Amino acid sequence: MEFFKKQTTIKFMELRRITGIVSGLAVLIAVIMLCKQGLNFGLEFTGGTQVELHFEEPTEATVVKQQLEIFGLKDLRVQNYGSAKELLIRLANKTEDEAGLKTKILHALQNGGYTAEVRRVEYVGSEVGAQLAEDGGLAVVAAILFTMLYIALRFEYRFAVSAALSLTHDIVIVLGIFSLCRFEFDLATLAGVLAVLGYSLNDKIVVFDRVRENFRRVRKESTAQIINLSINQTLSRTIMTSFLTLLVVIALLLFGGGSLFGFSLALCLGIIIGTYSSIYVAGGLALSLGLSREDLLPKPKAAIDELP
Amino acid sequence: MLHTFPKWKYGLIIVATIIGIIYALPNLYGEDPAVQVTSVKNAKISTDTQQQIKADLDKAQVKYKSVTSDGDALLVRFFSTEVQIMAQDLIKSALGDNYSVALNLAPITPKWLACLGAKPMKLGLDLRGGVRFLIEVDVAASIARSFESDFADIRTGMRKEGLRYSQLQQRQDDADKDSGVKKISVIAFSFKDKADLERAQQFLRSHYPQHEIIVTSKGTEFGIDVRMSPQLITENKTYTIEQTMTTLRNRINELGVAEAIVQRQGMNLIVVELPGIQDTARARDILGKTATLDFVMVDSEADLDKALRGLVPPGRRLLYDRNSRPVVVKKNIILTGDSITGASSGFNSSDARPAVDVRLGGSGVGVFKRTTRENIGQAMAVIYREIKTVHKLIDGKRETEHVVSEELISVATIQSALGSQFQITGLSVDEARNLALLLRAGALPATISIVEERVIGPSMGQDNIQKGIISIVVGVGAVLLFMSVYYSVFGIIANLALLMNLVLLVAIMSLVGATLTLPGIAGIVLTLGMAVDANVLIFERIREELRMGLSPQASIQHGFKSAFDTIIDSNLTTLIVGIILFAIGTGPVRGFAVTLSIGILTSLFTAVTGTRAIVNFVYGNKKIKHLLIGI
Repeated sequence: MEFFKKQTTIKFMELRRITGIVSGLAVLIAVIMLCKQGLNFGLEFTGGTQVELHFEEPTEATVVKQQLEIFGLKDLRVQNYGSAKELLIRLANKTEDEAGLKTKILHALQNGGYTAEVRRVEYVGSEVGAQLAEDGGLAVVAAILFTMLYIALRFEYRFAVSAALSLTHDIVIVLGIFSLCRFEFDLATLAGVLAVLGYSLNDKIVVFDRVRENFRRVRKESTAQIINLSINQTLSRTIMTSFLTLLVVIALLLFGGGSLFGFSLALCLGIIIGTYSSIYVAGGLALSLGLSREDLLPKPKAAIDELP
Repeated sequence: MLHTFPKWKYGLIIVATIIGIIYALPNLYGEDPAVQVTSVKNAKISTDTQQQIKADLDKAQVKYKSVTSDGDALLVRFFSTEVQIMAQDLIKSALGDNYSVALNLAPITPKWLACLGAKPMKLGLDLRGGVRFLIEVDVAASIARSFESDFADIRTGMRKEGLRYSQLQQRQDDADKDSGVKKISVIAFSFKDKADLERAQQFLRSHYPQHEIIVTSKGTEFGIDVRMSPQLITENKTYTIEQTMTTLRNRINELGVAEAIVQRQGMNLIVVELPGIQDTARARDILGKTATLDFVMVDSEADLDKALRGLVPPGRRLLYDRNSRPVVVKKNIILTGDSITGASSGFNSSDARPAVDVRLGGSGVGVFKRTTRENIGQAMAVIYREIKTVHKLIDGKRETEHVVSEELISVATIQSALGSQFQITGLSVDEARNLALLLRAGALPATISIVEERVIGPSMGQDNIQKGIISIVVGVGAVLLFMSVYYSVFGIIANLALLMNLVLLVAIMSLVGATLTLPGIAGIVLTLGMAVDANVLIFERIREELRMGLSPQASIQHGFKSAFDTIIDSNLTTLIVGIILFAIGTGPVRGFAVTLSIGILTSLFTAVTGTRAIVNFVYGNKKIKHLLIGI
């Protein structure tokens, strides 16, 4: 079975101005969103207390919130979490021990006629949360820098720069979407973002590898045409891998439950955007930075002047 | 052109697969909720104990699966966690305090597998239920205490050597950022002249090489600053944290939790995981209580009147004993709680007052013996120190306050050099009993506060396991189906390699003792999805070569060869990400980093060598007309 019977000959590089503008706009919108709305940080980053409840019947968050307020539990955030039967209650800080909190919540719910079970209670100190947020940010930056270094060593610096820029582009857009839709960004989501980094990098390396090989094999074409050729040749593999990994991630998204939701979503978005950027952004940037044949071929040994 | 594929690689793959299957197998067998009975004191675990337990359970109509003994422990298995918890209470009240009755998850690994050292993977808290605490250790206070005792030592030493100083001051300086504490104490000596300074400097340098001795002379002022060096501070910190971890482990044993995890995280944090525990209030109480004894010398020469007016000389403190009588004691602690190796409550033989018999051990004992011997006839004070961590809300931020309550419980004259065993009186019966218990479990060398706490219910654990399994089945199933349809026979070969990958991954995690969490399962699913990538790379390349007109055998060879470098590259970069994530990740997310990293290594092996071997086996040295690769 084949999706790509003949090798495609799409002129990717010719479209790079348009795709460049689209990407640029997307990044801009994402950045504006992040500055204005910020991310909806999960418990591990903000600190505070959260209680996960499992109800017998599908229950609405707003109704539960009202019920809790009647019993004096104010300043809570209540939201659905993964399914209609799971609810997550969040408080800014612990005001009393959580056994007391648990009893209060269950009491309030019982009075309202709800049957619920406390699945888990978590408390995170705010300093710990802030520390983790800092570490997380550093980790992402470190990952991008390390991979940049690796590519610069394996290939050459223009690839490294364009890879780093397109990876940043991928991550910023994913974060922008999270910000726009106010999806919760917890530690597992961060893990997903880092996984996207690794995965997206794979893609770009495959393309770069092919570009390098083609520079060696094909003598007559221009850089733009070589890049085109390489992308076309690896297109089937790129699409196939993205598709297969998406299959697996969608399974996680659908069946993994609330705690893996951020993770799976980040991966889903990351794979789709990453595939797009592997095709358009990476190659296009390298081209714009002036990539040429000489940069990739080994330098010829200096000719020794043997003339007497 | 025919392949040459080294025969030994076939052997390697077969051996790896068999070993993988053996060590992955225990995971299929599951675990029983169980109760483990061990003896705390000298009580014996005998067949009688077994019979007693069986009888008690039968009487209460609690169904048990089996009772087995394993040398010094009894294992009672049950059919469900509710029964397990009920039974624990029952057995505990039946056997009394001489036994430790702990909750346990006992694997049902068949004997022959267990002999080979095969065991199932450990399940993380989010799959099992339990409590996780992140504990912050107040190293600053313990460093300060250590400094106080060094300070006293130095002063005594200088006096003995006849080194005179004109002035002695103590002050607090800002510490370096990386030492982890905000301020450190500095003693500043001032000397009359250069000669005095030089002699003092020589003495200090030779006797206290680990401290920083800084000459601070300006013109006619001759001074020396003494403070702890950064290395000394770090040593002290490490020692404090490790002592804290040991004490926590002892206390956890008293709580009756098997398989608890106590690990250091970062500079001053400790992770404590207690699977199966639901009563966090009790857990927090036992873990957090800091009660210890400090032994100090009474300063009989001090001016009580002056002290009562607030003028306490340096290195001294004013305390009130139980009869509200003021006593001035020296700040220097001559014996701390961590030198106490044993304690039991009883009654004083001569006057029948409640007493605590204390046994000492360790490095502090020698100094204590010497000090008491040198101070026969002087009074020694015993201070009971309890530190409660109180949480308050100030401006909406949660602040922890350490409320130190100290009580001078007894002042006694030293009759003779105190050895490694002595008695403390001055407490009521209950107080004596509590103190003995706390002293037995071990004193925490520093105050701790709980900065993170997660309680996960057991039903959540079950739920998560289910979700994990469904995700794996659906996700991997979809991939397997698609591969066999799209790439035909080669697809099936890739599927075999994928299954081998899964088996190896599970086997390695079981062997290594890695903990499986829900993000860990996500990591497995992701790795398998990405492992397929390597095969896709190879197969697409083979297809390309075939389309270009190469012969089947040549296409196969070319495909594997050219894809190899790319596969290594891409897997390596994902490994880098996995390592970074492991470094910053905590708890369940770490589980993801672990499975991702191990998964990459196994997929490198199976996708390249494994697939190659199977392809070779099928298509090896034969002449092929047509490759069943879906085109």
